[in-house]
Amino acid sequence: MSHWIAACDVDDIEQEDVLRFDHAGRTYAIYRAPDDQFYATAGTCTHEKVHLADGLVMDHIIECPKHNGRFDYRSGKALGAPVCVNLQTYPVKLEGGRVWIALADA
Amino acid sequence: MSHPAPIIIVGAGHAGGRAALALREQGYAGHLLLIGDEPHLPYERPALSKQLLLDSQPADACHIGSAEQYQAQAIERLAGVRVAAIQPQARRIRLHDGRELDYHRLLLATGGRARHASLPGADLAGVQLLRTLDDAAALQPRLQAGQRLLVVGGGFIGLEVAASARQLGCAVTVLEAGDRLAARALPPLISEKLLALHRARGVEVRLGCQIAAFRGDGSVSAVALADGELLACDTVLVGIGIQPNTELAAAAGLAVGNGIRVDARLRTSDAHIYAVGDVCEFPCPVSGQPQRLETWRNAEEQGRHVARSLLGADDAYAALPWFWSDQFDHSLQLAGQLQAAANCVTRALPDDGVLLFYLDAAERLQGACGWGAGNSIARDIKLAEMLIRSGKALPAAALADPASSLKSLLKGVTSV
Ligand SMILES: Cc1cc2nc3c(=O)[nH]c(=O)nc-3n(C[C@H](O)[C@H](O)[C@H](O)COP(=O)(O)OP(=O)(O)OC[C@H]3O[C@@H](n4cnc5c(N)ncnc54)[C@H](O)[C@@H]3O)c2cc1C
Ligand code: FES
Repeated sequence: MSHWIAACDVDDIEQEDVLRFDHAGRTYAIYRAPDDQFYATAGTCTHEKVHLADGLVMDHIIECPKHNGRFDYRSGKALGAPVCVNLQTYPVKLEGGRVWIALADA
Repeated sequence: MSHPAPIIIVGAGHAGGRAALALREQGYAGHLLLIGDEPHLPYERPALSKQLLLDSQPADACHIGSAEQYQAQAIERLAGVRVAAIQPQARRIRLHDGRELDYHRLLLATGGRARHASLPGADLAGVQLLRTLDDAAALQPRLQAGQRLLVVGGGFIGLEVAASARQLGCAVTVLEAGDRLAARALPPLISEKLLALHRARGVEVRLGCQIAAFRGDGSVSAVALADGELLACDTVLVGIGIQPNTELAAAAGLAVGNGIRVDARLRTSDAHIYAVGDVCEFPCPVSGQPQRLETWRNAEEQGRHVARSLLGADDAYAALPWFWSDQFDHSLQLAGQLQAAANCVTRALPDDGVLLFYLDAAERLQGACGWGAGNSIARDIKLAEMLIRSGKALPAAALADPASSLKSLLKGVTSV
């Protein structure tokens, strides 16, 4: 089972950008794509523990701020060395001007 | 395409390991042999002065690939084995134990070794170098709270170790012969910020400092300065740069300058031998001048590029130089070339961060350097890289203005 958590306001993130969201001791990254769709992934890179929200979003790619590992944030897919482990992704919905992400129950 | 003789890679460090994996990714199905004198799997070195000393990352997290992966991909590894000689005419190498192996193509990825101080007492116990996992394992237990560490050399390795040791509660002094920190790579403004950060965090930094000798009875207990002063210590870390491992290549008659000379395809003066990483000197894509880089990205990208060259691709290596360093909770990044610029534009950032943009006479970006808390400057340096590649003329006023987004400059919708 999972539950919905409000991560931020829709207006908190610009188009083609990313925001860090911390909740219950874990960290997430929320994305607003150029086509205004929202996505959510785990907040840290799978290479080293680096916050992806400091990285650059271009189209549907988030590039890690440390060694430029690249992920497609829609699927979490790692796009080649130095990152080889995919990012966990989370379902997202918009409601009442807020961005909600579905987290698994502990 | 299969040949009876293998592609042999000498040096199983970052570039060598990456090249081996990339050869398989590129579809090379022939015999592939990776020979290294360290007992370890190929690994990335940056954590050795940072996470490994701080104990925030285990050693095996640095590995490039796993033993199973090399095995599954039929990459034969000889670890703890030193290559003693190359016979280019016979296309054969000799190992330290006398064994001889034929190659079809040879890749030299022998990196460099930490330079030692040629001073009296340099062989005392406790005078440490840092290049390998084993070096880090020997240094780490010496950095207990309350221990006194003297760092010789205010370059990146020395400063990163100083920052780690200070975070672990050591008393740390950095001795630098020059008049500013990391002067070879960094603009003066960033050297100043580094110095201020280290001093604020309790590192004693001495510039213009000449060392005469290491003192101690079996194990180092002090460093003697040229003016006679004695500085007591428990451990010394010598971080005065590396010596590229060019001897094999030189003895084989290959062209060697400041590193093993290669062309834009990363091929040496022998058509069957290539070289990559810290050991090679390759033509700068902008100036054409030979340059040797000692950076993570250079090892990573050249390792991948040479896999294609070895398999017959003819494209030139043209990656932008890029480098980072982490000190305490700050980081710096540097992209492109800073030297040849006509003009430098400064953008001040919050919390004492800064971006420096280096423009040529036609206002095209050549290089950029950023300094700030956490990874705060990473995104802008990445955009700066893209702006460098775009070759666009850029308005200096927009670069200097913290409110103007580099992304919009890149997309050509500048608001100025
Ligand atoms: C402590 C430390 C921190 C660093 N931090 C950063 C950083 O923050 N950012 C950054 O950009 N870069 C950093 N670097 C630099 C980066 O790690 C190097 O540029 C990179 O490792 C170079 O890779 P390479 O494969 O050319 O050489 P290496 O990784 O040195 O590999 C060469 C290998 O070849 C072996 N070898 C040599 N001769 C022989 C022989 N005859 N036979 C068999 N094997 C041989 C060597 O033992 C070694 O294992 C750091 C380096 C160190 C040491
Ligand atoms: S930490 Fe993300 S690519 Fe290395």
